[in-house]
Amino acid sequence: MLRILLDKELRQFVRNPFLPKMVVMFPLMVMLVIPWVTTMDVRHINVSVVDNDRSPASRRLIRKIAASDYFTLRSVQEHYAVSLAALDAGDVDAIVELPDGFERSLSGGPSERVRISANGVNAVKGSLGMQYLLQVVNGTLSELRGERGLPPAADPVVVQNRYNPTLDYRHYMIPALMIMLLIMLCGFLPALNMVGEKETGTIEQINVTPVSRLTFTLAKLIPYWVIGLVVLMLAMLLAWLVYGLVPAGSFGAICLAAALFILTMSGIGVVAANHSATMQQTMFVMFFFVMIFVLMSGLITPVESMPEWARWITRFLPPRYFVDAMRSVYLKGSSVAELWPDYAALTLFAVLFNGWAALSYRKQA
Amino acid sequence: MKGSFMSFVRKETLHIVRDPRTMMIVLLMPVIQMVLFGFAISNEVNNIDVAVVAPHPTEAVRQAVERMSSNPYFTFKGYVPGTRVDATLRSGEADAVVVFADDYDRRIGAFSRGEGGEAALQIVFDASDTNTASAGAGYLRGVLLGGMSAASAPETHLLYNPQMKSSYSFVPGIMGMIFMLICAMMTSVSIVREKETGTMEVLLVSPVRPLRIVFAKMIPYFTLSCVNLLTILLLARFVLEVPMSGNLVPIVGLSLLYLVLALAFGLFISTVAERQATALIISAMLLLMPIIMLSGLAFPIENMPGVLQALSCVVPTRWYIEAVRKLMIEGLPLAAVLKELSILAAMTLVLIVVSLRKFNDKLE
Repeated sequence: MLRILLDKELRQFVRNPFLPKMVVMFPLMVMLVIPWVTTMDVRHINVSVVDNDRSPASRRLIRKIAASDYFTLRSVQEHYAVSLAALDAGDVDAIVELPDGFERSLSGGPSERVRISANGVNAVKGSLGMQYLLQVVNGTLSELRGERGLPPAADPVVVQNRYNPTLDYRHYMIPALMIMLLIMLCGFLPALNMVGEKETGTIEQINVTPVSRLTFTLAKLIPYWVIGLVVLMLAMLLAWLVYGLVPAGSFGAICLAAALFILTMSGIGVVAANHSATMQQTMFVMFFFVMIFVLMSGLITPVESMPEWARWITRFLPPRYFVDAMRSVYLKGSSVAELWPDYAALTLFAVLFNGWAALSYRKQA
Repeated sequence: MKGSFMSFVRKETLHIVRDPRTMMIVLLMPVIQMVLFGFAISNEVNNIDVAVVAPHPTEAVRQAVERMSSNPYFTFKGYVPGTRVDATLRSGEADAVVVFADDYDRRIGAFSRGEGGEAALQIVFDASDTNTASAGAGYLRGVLLGGMSAASAPETHLLYNPQMKSSYSFVPGIMGMIFMLICAMMTSVSIVREKETGTMEVLLVSPVRPLRIVFAKMIPYFTLSCVNLLTILLLARFVLEVPMSGNLVPIVGLSLLYLVLALAFGLFISTVAERQATALIISAMLLLMPIIMLSGLAFPIENMPGVLQALSCVVPTRWYIEAVRKLMIEGLPLAAVLKELSILAAMTLVLIVVSLRKFNDKLE
């Protein structure tokens, strides 16, 4: 019985002028184009310099900053307050203060330190700007000290960037894009398919046949589970071929997380369809949740940066756990055992939504 | 003629009103999303979990850890043995592990006297999230050293200015996204439904011109969108506290134009799609990606490669977001957004003309 129904679903899918094309083209487009968008390589950081030294050394440092591709030197001030006002107004992302006696301290005078202040509200521009400025300032300081026969200033802190030493933001985003694909394909499509039977009235015909509800629901879902996994494989293949990104962890751990998530997502789709009368309703409900999933699961902005109450909400979002598991396995090589809370949460969601899907379908008999 | 046009408008309005669930969704969704995203989405880096490896927790080490744990941006996750650095990061217990040297006191002392030498502490960051790692590392270093560092090394400060809350920096983006997607979904589906059920044919043999039918369909949706615009602007002003200094008229005018554009986009989709499902997939799925990714909502356009910057020019949301940012957040006058305004107007015109052409061709 299930075979016959699956055959019907497959035929309907292949006959559809639009769906098969989309299932192939959409992942291709997303995987080939979007990673280039998600660069966090910040340029044009607006810098204001407060020069209290006005010496050849301080002017040289200012020239260095101005010459860098990463910075736009907005102004050279004499008072910190002026620069700070510009930072408050958002015209400047970072301020470099060169103290009076800066040059003397380079040739053995009393030590006077350069101060770098950055706007921490816009974390990306402010904090990255600070990092870049630190590099430029330190580089110039070493040069200046070297010319004066002093040893380069050593650093008491060593920073090691593990799992992504080149700080390639793309590697961080690619697993997230795969998740976005799965959210959309495995959420929207089963929901539309299910409610489509309702709108055209064919569901009535199915209801009077001896097909059990479970068989019917399974026949609806299995094709999308397959599609989801195929799309994931395709995306992983592209990630390897185009971006040279291979999972650091086990392939099995990724597949397990993905399988649980696809189950969850298609369950959500069927629940939405079962509780709606028209396609439009289904789609709006799904759309509402998909938007929240995409924007609040840590796909684009980290969950950690949200306020307390929003982080509490994210606990109820299945993709949040999948995002964490996927990124950890892909980039850090974490194991299922290390990520057991994520896997437990995904299992729970899968059971919950598929149980709900089965129950809510029964109600309409 | 006028009477029959009005009766068409009434028919469409009834369609909407009779489906209270969809109407509720359409009216409430923007509100919920605006509040959720407005407050929840930010690029701020905070709540960084830090574990510490300290073979000899001397007084100086304890002071450094104390400075860190009392800082609101870091959460101290406890001491771990030196062998568990990797495991701690891999399981996600911590985002960073600070490793103090065995003879931390001696080394840091050497630095404070300006002698240099071997590093006194190591920060191992989970750099899979590159932003948190690069932003957090500099900040963490400053907090740990607490102003005590090599005599010549620059001091660093991150300034958190209460006047520059980032809670509303995403508001223009969210507005651009919500309007576009909801309008496109509503209109495309309502027109394609008529096609699919065959009622379109019936309408077309009526004495009313096809153009008028289309406009009659648009009017109720435009009204709904205006209600959405009103609620969103009120939310932005009073809940998210966006300053909107005396710029209300240009913002509203620009948004109305954008709404028409979004409705026209829906109309365009309806000429391409033959089935409701297709129309919905195009307007909800295929549009979502470019709108989130290429509009400057989450990723600054100026940092993209040239080809993609060019591509982003065809995304109407990009221009709307840029204009609203200028008007709403920077408080610039209308003159500053003339470019965006004319681009949006041109896009609207092109979409309407093309869609109506296609629409008429189909009918003949």
